[in-house]
Amino acid sequence: MAASLVRIFSKSCRQISRPWGASRAAWRSRSTNPAADVSSDQAAGGVSFPPLQTYSEEESMMREAVKKYAQERIAPFVSKMDENSTMDEEVIKSLFEQGLMGIEIDPEYNGTGSTFFASILVIEELAKVDPSVAVLCDIQNTLINTLFAELGTTAQKEQYLSRLTTDMVGSFCLSEAESGSDAFSLKTRADKHKDYYIINGSKLWISNAEHAGVFLVMANVDPSSGYKGITCFIVDRDTEGLEICKKENKLGLRASSTCPLNFDNVKVPEKNILGQIGQGYKYAIGMLNGGRIGIAAQMVGLAQGCFDNTIPYTRQRVQFGKRLFDFQGMQHQIAHVATQIEAGRLLTYNAARLKEAGRPFIKEACMAKYFTAEVATLTTSKCIEWMGGVGFTKDYPIEKYYRDCKIGTIYEGTTNVQLSTMAKLIDKEYDS
Amino acid sequence: MSGRVLVGVKRVIDYAVKIRVKPDNSGVVTDGVKHSMNPFCEIAVEEAVKLKEKKFIKEVVAVSCGPQQAQETIRTALAMGADRGIHVEVTGKDYDTLGPLQVSKIFAALAKKEDAQLLILGKQAIDDDCNQTGQMTAALLDWPQGTFASEVSLEGDKIKVVREIDGGLETIKINTPAVLTADLRLNTPRYATLPNIMKAKKKKIAQVKPADLGVDITSRLEVLRVDEPPQRLAGVTVETVDDLVAKLKESGTI
Repeated sequence: MAASLVRIFSKSCRQISRPWGASRAAWRSRSTNPAADVSSDQAAGGVSFPPLQTYSEEESMMREAVKKYAQERIAPFVSKMDENSTMDEEVIKSLFEQGLMGIEIDPEYNGTGSTFFASILVIEELAKVDPSVAVLCDIQNTLINTLFAELGTTAQKEQYLSRLTTDMVGSFCLSEAESGSDAFSLKTRADKHKDYYIINGSKLWISNAEHAGVFLVMANVDPSSGYKGITCFIVDRDTEGLEICKKENKLGLRASSTCPLNFDNVKVPEKNILGQIGQGYKYAIGMLNGGRIGIAAQMVGLAQGCFDNTIPYTRQRVQFGKRLFDFQGMQHQIAHVATQIEAGRLLTYNAARLKEAGRPFIKEACMAKYFTAEVATLTTSKCIEWMGGVGFTKDYPIEKYYRDCKIGTIYEGTTNVQLSTMAKLIDKEYDS
Repeated sequence: MSGRVLVGVKRVIDYAVKIRVKPDNSGVVTDGVKHSMNPFCEIAVEEAVKLKEKKFIKEVVAVSCGPQQAQETIRTALAMGADRGIHVEVTGKDYDTLGPLQVSKIFAALAKKEDAQLLILGKQAIDDDCNQTGQMTAALLDWPQGTFASEVSLEGDKIKVVREIDGGLETIKINTPAVLTADLRLNTPRYATLPNIMKAKKKKIAQVKPADLGVDITSRLEVLRVDEPPQRLAGVTVETVDDLVAKLKESGTI
């Protein structure tokens, strides 16, 4: 045991660029044999606690590739997509071509076969350029693909996963007009008949709906048992009775389509149930725990992208004979914001690494999402101030980041819900 | 014919970086500076991969000469579609003085060792702008060369190359094996997609030393001094042609 640990640790100090691959196994064994670990750690003299900003070679390569791709193939479309409130088809197609829509999915289904952390890095890089594109990628990877990969039967995976990684966008349908934060009081019903269900109801605030080919619909098969009747149904876009209504005219994230859906006697075969009947609530919570980290990554990217677009201006613009950046008041504000972004990033990366390591991560994920949404709001607001008048115009990208950030405190669990969840967990920590 | 293509890829300072000269004028600052694959080498890799996709050739081997970090450049080539890589280890002082002549000797030796049908290089590197390696390698191997290629097509055992020259475009037909150097308009390099980056991890990179190939890499050149170009001064607007002539006479230009 000790010998293999020594090997792992000395490997990690020779290949500093890939410590996580080696030490991920080491983490798990550390918790079972603490005494042995410390001595062999010292014996090897290895670096076994690399900083959070340590990436495996493939993670670095992916980040570079996505950065380049986003600059060249998404950046030119951003302002037009925001203006017209429409995601360009070319952009969606190129997301699939680059393998960004199936990051964790097995190559057997045309996926990239990479890790959750890689998805987080991708979402962060995309959000630096356009948070709307980032959210499309985030929902596909952290919600839709994960649900199919973990709960799908072989037949369902074969039918849907290869398409989700190649050309089909998915939508996650939970919220309704009368149930947002109180998600489990949803009213959409699924009534059983022989070997199929009839779904009736409506959903609201459904992202990606304009382009989605498949919808994961949470409906209640047995309202008398409350949330324990919620079941996840796979509904194809062209199913009769499914109506995708006009998208919302939003303040921000405008390129991401957000539509109401109506279900009017939508017939769904029994085999289209994803997972078990009545377990839908559990799946939703489980997926949203991870999805939360994705949103945190989006907010970090948004803040960083806004910041990166602002600082060059402050270094260039001269007033009273010096650069804006040289005024101490500006320097202090800039340093403060940079610190907040860094803190948000570390919370996000740590939550992602905890999830990958199979350790409890819910509190950290909530912290990451809550904190980064606040940071995004602060950063974008400050950036407009630093840019002065031009920050207030649409000629510069800053105002778009300001409009886009607000949704971070609202969707995939409002800030208040995050805080309450954290508090409950903290309360439990002091139980013993 | 082996159906094997060797592609040379060079790790250079990224084109977007602002270059700074070292305080001792011995060279430019490279520590901590962003490096990437030479853009013309990217075009060379893309052409090789395209030829493989069209089934004209069977294997693309990416080659780079340099220290450990050169492997990153090879990995990028692998992520673009090359099948395997060869890293020729050159470090320290040797790397600082490594130039086209030594690299050509290395490539010539590898081309023979790997029984290559084709050697594709970028026309020049953006750090030294030498534009010599392709030509020297062809001479050492006594192979025909198609340099500044903006269009390449394989026709049987010959290659048709359209070259960008000062006067316009020149079309030549050369025998294989041959050396080609890629010019800007030959193609648009593809992005490394995420699945390909993952696949690249499994591809092999062999390590060799120049001595293993029987190549002597001592340099015949010594860099004496590196200076920044003179600062470009602001211009002056003149009102009339007479003013212009007067100013030119004043500055001693005419």
